[in-house]
Amino acid sequence: MIFTIVVQGAPHSQQSADSALRFAEAALAAGHQIHRVFFSGDGVHNGSDLATPQQDERHLPRGWQALVEKHQLDLVVCIAAAIRRGVMNDAEARRHDKAHGNLADGFNLSGLGQLAEAALVSDRVLTFGQ
Amino acid sequence: MSTKSFLIINRRPPYASNLAREALDSALTVAVFEQPVAILFLSDAVYQLLPDQQPAAIGQKSLAANLQVLPMYDIEQLYVSARALAERGLSTDQLAVPVTELDDDAVQTLIKQHDVVLNF
Repeated sequence: MIFTIVVQGAPHSQQSADSALRFAEAALAAGHQIHRVFFSGDGVHNGSDLATPQQDERHLPRGWQALVEKHQLDLVVCIAAAIRRGVMNDAEARRHDKAHGNLADGFNLSGLGQLAEAALVSDRVLTFGQ
Repeated sequence: MSTKSFLIINRRPPYASNLAREALDSALTVAVFEQPVAILFLSDAVYQLLPDQQPAAIGQKSLAANLQVLPMYDIEQLYVSARALAERGLSTDQLAVPVTELDDDAVQTLIKQHDVVLNF
């Protein structure tokens, strides 16, 4: 089955952020496909390279990056939600006169159209809510 | 491009979080992709439908204007939970836009009828 996953929860604030990653790991391990993971709302914080949880805690950005390496997962961070929350790549940072970007490797900024497109080609869209 | 029917489910009040705005933005985006979109208001999301919202007092932009533009995007199927309205002492004639009231069974059927459900 082809899934699209929507993540609205921020790491450490909402368990849904962790549940989304665990679902993705389990679905891929079971042989399913994930067309795209779309991070919206507070979920954009999953893509912050500056996140530094304590060593004995789950590190969600790294968890997603591991799935990119192993399964070429497509991680899209909603650009409108991200830049207003201070998550952006270097190009956006320059455009907005910021000293540097902080989007973690493996994540890409794009728009809501990526969610609409993903829904059209997926068998199921699962929302991990805020 | 293939066609799928989309149902956007709102559960949250208008200004307590960004979810109401994200739901509207998602509905408009899907409509731009020329896919049929319906919107369902459950629980505290019925407050999104009240007229005379004045969010400028707390530095927020009004969602009511976005509701008014939905017909321009061919989004005309708006549904509201009758139970959610009744629990809050509201009726459809108090709402800012025309909506169809559904009982709990009809809400279930509505969700079943749609190919893609996006929750907010």
